[in-house]
Amino acid sequence: MSTIAARGIVPEPIARQPWEMLIPLLLITGFGGLVLYSAGGGSMQPFAMSHFIRFLVFSVMAAIIASMPRDAVRVLTYPAYLTVLVMLLGVEIVGQVGGGSQRWLEAGPIRIQPSEIMKPAVVLAMARFYETLPSGMIGSWRSLVPSGMLILLPISLVLLQPDLGTSVAIAFGGVVVMFLAGLPLWWFLLAGGTGIAAMPLIYFFALRPYQQARVTTFLDPENDPLGAGYHIAQSKIAIGSGGIFGKGFNNGTQSHLNYLPEPHTDFVFASMAEEWGLVGGLFVLTMYALILRWGWKVANESQDRFCALLAAGATATIFFYIAINLLMVMGMAPAKGIPLPWMSHGGSSMMTNMICIGLLMMVNRWNRMAPRRGLTV
Amino acid sequence: MKIPFLRDGPERTPRMINASILRGSFERRGLLIGAVQGGVGVLLALRLGYLAIAENEKYRLESESNRVNLTLVPPRRGWILDRNGAPLASNRADFRVDLIPERLVDGDATIDRLGQLLSLEPARIADIKDKVSTARGFQPVEVASGLGYEQFAALSVRLPDLPGVVPQRGFSRFYPTASSVGHLIGYVGPASAEEYEKDPNPLLITPGYKIGKDGLEKQFEKNLRGVPGARRVEVTAGGRIVRDLETREDVQGQPIRLTIDGPLQDYAARRIGLESGSVVVMDCRSGDLLCMASMPSFDPNSFSDGIGGVEYAMLRDDERVPLRNKVLKGLYPPGSTVKPMVSMAFMQAGIDPNETVFCGGGLQVGNRRFGCWNRRGHGSVDMAKGIYQSCDVYFYAMAQRVGMDPIAAMARRCGMGQEFPLPVTSQFFGTVPDPAWKMKKWGREWQAFDTVNATIGQGYMLSSPLQLAVMASRIATGRHVMPRLTLDTKPKGFETIDFPLEQVEYVRKAMSDVVNGPGTAGRARLPIDGTLMAGKTGTAQVVSLSISNGKSGPWKYRDHGLFIFFAPYDNPRYAGAVVIEHGGGSGSAYPIARDVMTFLFDPAKGLEALAALEAGWGGTAQQRLEARYAAYAAERGASVSRPPRREEEIFDRVEAEARRAATQPEAIADEVIAPRPEANPSGTPPGAAAAPQAAAPATPAPVPPAAEISE
Repeated sequence: MSTIAARGIVPEPIARQPWEMLIPLLLITGFGGLVLYSAGGGSMQPFAMSHFIRFLVFSVMAAIIASMPRDAVRVLTYPAYLTVLVMLLGVEIVGQVGGGSQRWLEAGPIRIQPSEIMKPAVVLAMARFYETLPSGMIGSWRSLVPSGMLILLPISLVLLQPDLGTSVAIAFGGVVVMFLAGLPLWWFLLAGGTGIAAMPLIYFFALRPYQQARVTTFLDPENDPLGAGYHIAQSKIAIGSGGIFGKGFNNGTQSHLNYLPEPHTDFVFASMAEEWGLVGGLFVLTMYALILRWGWKVANESQDRFCALLAAGATATIFFYIAINLLMVMGMAPAKGIPLPWMSHGGSSMMTNMICIGLLMMVNRWNRMAPRRGLTV
Repeated sequence: MKIPFLRDGPERTPRMINASILRGSFERRGLLIGAVQGGVGVLLALRLGYLAIAENEKYRLESESNRVNLTLVPPRRGWILDRNGAPLASNRADFRVDLIPERLVDGDATIDRLGQLLSLEPARIADIKDKVSTARGFQPVEVASGLGYEQFAALSVRLPDLPGVVPQRGFSRFYPTASSVGHLIGYVGPASAEEYEKDPNPLLITPGYKIGKDGLEKQFEKNLRGVPGARRVEVTAGGRIVRDLETREDVQGQPIRLTIDGPLQDYAARRIGLESGSVVVMDCRSGDLLCMASMPSFDPNSFSDGIGGVEYAMLRDDERVPLRNKVLKGLYPPGSTVKPMVSMAFMQAGIDPNETVFCGGGLQVGNRRFGCWNRRGHGSVDMAKGIYQSCDVYFYAMAQRVGMDPIAAMARRCGMGQEFPLPVTSQFFGTVPDPAWKMKKWGREWQAFDTVNATIGQGYMLSSPLQLAVMASRIATGRHVMPRLTLDTKPKGFETIDFPLEQVEYVRKAMSDVVNGPGTAGRARLPIDGTLMAGKTGTAQVVSLSISNGKSGPWKYRDHGLFIFFAPYDNPRYAGAVVIEHGGGSGSAYPIARDVMTFLFDPAKGLEALAALEAGWGGTAQQRLEARYAAYAAERGASVSRPPRREEEIFDRVEAEARRAATQPEAIADEVIAPRPEANPSGTPPGAAAAPQAAAPATPAPVPPAAEISE
């Protein structure tokens, strides 16, 4: 970008934007729209158009986030976290009153899923916490218990909904921030070991039958080809039958003849791979790699702990979406309602990911305004 | 990596952690996470490549098999034709609806809805529900066939709300002469679970496909089946057809050409009228079975739509056993119809036919007296008079002379006790008793009265109407005629000469005198100039005299009426047998034989006679069956028990009952039979029975308009 700026052709405000991330982002979103166009039966309605509109709306939101001043963010972090927590509580209350499980709050035409906003909010709060925690306390209980509460509170609320996938996503972002904050490594090893040991107990006592079914299906998908394993089997058929160059735009039979479940949300990658083949898949992977690499670059260039942890946490959150979704559609993870960022049709994940992008751009802007200062807190 | 409890031990010294250490740790751990993410990325890329390249072939196939649905097009069944090429069983294009039980969401609601749309009767709806609840998931259940286009269209537009309902255009089996051919041809129906297990051909569970269930339909299943067509269509996951990809036409099954004369079969079946019985007519020159009518019968058209509960209950409760094929599975004491055969045995044993015996109304053998049917006696009787007057004493006396063994051997030579190589699902072959047989079966010595009983076709002797017809044609021709049912088999037995011509001519003349001379069946004379029919009456007693006189009283105790015949008597062309169960004597049988033969030689005259009779009976056999069904359904429709789940059971049961019924005469086999008077020994002028009524000419066989039939 410096070369473009040097030529002086492009005005500076445009040239200074992080194009190394924005170009892959625009490409992946555009490509996603193309896939949704095909999944919608070769038309802009009902998926592709709203996909683009949402992207535009949330781009504006990301730009607003990106332009927030550092001090304001520091002040607003905890209140924001608390607000989202209260909203989560609100979901529970509305759910209890209304009967049945519910995941969103309605305000006029807008439906907000607080558990989605919680993902970046947890990362923000954790980054803020470790920024203020004196270095000497890392490794003591004080470095763990308050931040642990920051994660556990929202997770327990989300688990009540019940939404296992989102709670794992929230935990993932939080734990990555903890890990990067320098907590002793053996804590993580211990926790991981305990977790593995506890898995059978969780499976038998904590999971609901349909969740158990997902796990057993994942472990043995051939067992139940028309039941829970059907989705993954059809997804693999879609990807595998695409071959190297795919069946061609609008020619996917798996998605068009409804064999592929939810070809526009969770299994959008499979509908893409069916029509665009290995080439399309590698393109998508490359675009994600570029975006995530930029995220890490922002984190590494950060001047302070808050920015570094925030940027890394946001990147990890995006990564979590991508990895779990792709592992799932390729039959390497249990079927779980986690959409693919910027390709799946759906407002909530678009919002979460665009908040993360906004946060990253914000940190990037701060970095640019004040180059890394060195070893200050 | 700092793993404190490994390096420092439990007495960990607190280390100063400062910002730069944390920064370093952040960068190292960031690198680690980045590497893990990169690793996941590479893993995903490899997995993608593996799926798309290495497994491409497999998944491409699976995707195709998802997308392309191969539906079998049931082959059109081969026709069953009579000797002149007229269809006895054909196919009719129709619209039909089936249910696939495993695809039903709410079975009862769907069936009720269908009943409403197609205006089905409540009994039919109950039958369908019953079948759906007991069918295996993949077995299609027929809801209705022969629908009008309006109904079909009305149903088709509602299909999205009716999962598991399969409407289609297809062909259904059609039997133009309906109940007349029920026992002979059988019927078709969907394959049962057992049949599918035996032959797991996907065709068998294709909706609308039916296999032969009984009779010739079952016997010639392989030839009639044909080769299914196939239709490749692109379908959605929900089963909606997007477009046709490819269609292969079916190959219709081969036709089966029978020796049966369709109009004659229909005529004979109708002529049996209200009685329960059978008529068999053969062509003496080829052994062709021209007619194998057994009545009352079921309507194969209606059976092929699925045997309804009410229909089954009505047929099962009928003491005239409409489910039993009496031609093959009715066994009767042949009565005096054996006398021409016994005469042949006498001549073979060297008895001069002109030798006379004095009949004084009975014969003393040892200390027992055996009566003649004519208590006043026949006077001096030679062999011919023995036949045409059916004098029992003549046969008692001669049989005492030759013994039982030559008579039994002759009975077997004439076809009694024989099983014929015919393409039928089963045939009973009766009993020809002799001393060895009695010892083996009953452990008792052969007695003089056993011979006496056997010579007049009573006692242990049992034969089927088919065997009697074969006997008639063997006696008429003197050759070992073998019956055949399909035109592609060779006539057999004509090179074997059973009897010398002069013996044959002697018996022919005597049998002609039964009808045309001073015999016992004068009313059987054909109303056709120059064509003389020969025959022999028989009256078979089924219960002892103490229970019934055989003429009146409960139907099941009345005597069977029998008649064997051939015509023209001097150069036999046709031979046959008529057996009327519990007809009260031979008088119930020979008028039928007369009319059937009249129809053969002069159809118009035969139909005239039938029309007059049917006017009195209340319509044709098929019309009466339908009327009876309607009445029965109205009266008992709600209270019927359901039919056996397996149709095989129905016919196993019928067969078992037929075997049991055949043992009925055994009860009196051990006593001496007092022969019953033969009906009207004095003849009446021919044609008297056929009232010259100006009846509307009935059509011989209701052949449907050509438009209705399609291959």
